[in-house]
Amino acid sequence: MHMADALIAPAVGGAMYVCSAAAAGYSIKKVREENDPKKIPVMGIMGAFVFATQMMNFTIPGTGSSGHLCGGMLLSALLGPYAGFLTMIGVLLIQCLLFADGGILALGCNIWNMAFYGCFIGALLIWKPIMKNGITKGKIILASILGCVITLQFGAFSVTVETMLSGVTELPFAAFVAAMQPIHLAIGAVEGIITAAVLCFVHEARPELLYCNEQAEGEGRFTFKNTVIVLSAIALLIGGVLSCTPLVSGNPDGLEWSIEKITGSTELDAAAGIHDTFASIQDATALLPDYAFKGSESVLGTSFSGILGGLLVVALCIGACYAFKFFKKKKS
Amino acid sequence: MNQISNAIYEIHHMDTIASRDQWVNQIHPLVKFVLTVTYIAMVVSFSKYDLIGLVGMMVYPIAGFILAELSFKDSLKRLRIVIPLVCLIGIVNPFFDRVPIQIGDITVNGGVISMFTLIFKGIFTVLAAYLLIATTTIEKICYALRLLHLPEIMITQFLLTYRYVTVLLEEVNRITQAYSLRAPNQKGIHYKVWGTLTGQVLLRSMDRANAVYESMLLRGYDGSFSYMGKDIGITVPDVIYMIFWLAVFIIFRRYPVFLIVGSLF
Repeated sequence: MHMADALIAPAVGGAMYVCSAAAAGYSIKKVREENDPKKIPVMGIMGAFVFATQMMNFTIPGTGSSGHLCGGMLLSALLGPYAGFLTMIGVLLIQCLLFADGGILALGCNIWNMAFYGCFIGALLIWKPIMKNGITKGKIILASILGCVITLQFGAFSVTVETMLSGVTELPFAAFVAAMQPIHLAIGAVEGIITAAVLCFVHEARPELLYCNEQAEGEGRFTFKNTVIVLSAIALLIGGVLSCTPLVSGNPDGLEWSIEKITGSTELDAAAGIHDTFASIQDATALLPDYAFKGSESVLGTSFSGILGGLLVVALCIGACYAFKFFKKKKS
Repeated sequence: MNQISNAIYEIHHMDTIASRDQWVNQIHPLVKFVLTVTYIAMVVSFSKYDLIGLVGMMVYPIAGFILAELSFKDSLKRLRIVIPLVCLIGIVNPFFDRVPIQIGDITVNGGVISMFTLIFKGIFTVLAAYLLIATTTIEKICYALRLLHLPEIMITQFLLTYRYVTVLLEEVNRITQAYSLRAPNQKGIHYKVWGTLTGQVLLRSMDRANAVYESMLLRGYDGSFSYMGKDIGITVPDVIYMIFWLAVFIIFRRYPVFLIVGSLF
């Protein structure tokens, strides 16, 4: 689910950096408030643990495939949402820098899609309410599976929205969602079971390591009722945003029929509208003003001159580099 | 080599090439970091039909690889994750976008252009990130991030994770190897030991974290972490390097340099 830089527009990447930075800032504040200096090394090593164990292949019975551990849910169940979130950022940064798994500009998106949902929703809205009256094996299994499935669904949906908003694919939104969500439903279920197995072992061996185990804090801010309300609100919000955007224009469903009734526009008109909207957003948010592609060939000649120019510039660039290196070596 | 051994090799290899005493490696990490982020942002800001303009941006990775004496072959390995992903997303474009685009005398389907634009964006952004990490050690990148006022807590945690990644990868590698030797003809770990096997690694990691914390305390850890030894100042060559590349980025982003140069002949 790691997004590459090529899949996002600078505006989307920047906006997601801001969102992730806000969540990180809040997490740092909370971790500082805990004032537990021991937590930093634990976070560091748990980050390394998640990174290393995500490379272990777990055989899925009855199939020829294998699954992996769900890092966000595991970390939030062990370290809590805030420390877990910061740890996940470290893991994502290493994956991005050392293995090109996710881009530098897309890091904000990846933090949001994987760490934010996994840690904040997973820990605060799923793990914490379920463990409110004590931790049992059954509750761990329920919370892990539910947590992984829901957070992965949110993450996959965000990937789709971010890619569509960046305007890099012509795939209709509905088709993209239809491709992303079911796959991640299956992945989430498998990751949930693997995570549950590990957490059940920890519960048996060292129960004090689990988040919410000494739940005598009496905070009760996220009761089951509150959780249902918040999740419903999120679902309504997403549904509302979706229904208001003209993205869902690929299939002749009831929504489209309604829009057509009101506006009198056809599917193709709607698609052109989306295209124009995204193109104008991208033009407006580009770091530097775009030069006109359409006009370039009329002013400067044929594609041949482009190829020739390209070869010359590259040759000049390579020559200049070697000349620079030659003089640099001579000087030293 | 299995996936874990591969990852360990990759980390050690990157560490080695980033620590070389080489001219580009000596440039201030903040300069290289800012240039990389600017370059990536400019590359992804090209419109989906602006393939010719985008191709011009190849000058940075090409020049960077030559100046830093990096192997293009090594960097290709890093494209193995990105290329299938962008191809998967871009391959549908020719089917859904049939807007005719005129390039010189040729008319091309808009979807084909946008697909190639996406692929090139993927390649250039990965190469630029590789150029950064291959010429700058993780400690120096952390130093640059600290200069950008990223909170200490995040940097410390990140550095610790980075330091212990290889240790834990080696441990996981030993465990999985020992397991596979005892469970021949089996792909992956059997579901009956999912919890115990990984849980054991987890408990050992937690104990290791405690030991690390105690040793850090003994070495005078007071909440802040010294990772660079001394501050590095930005020199005149660093500033020239930065201004030069920023100017190149702006020119290539603003004007179709390849076409302009080609039209001269």
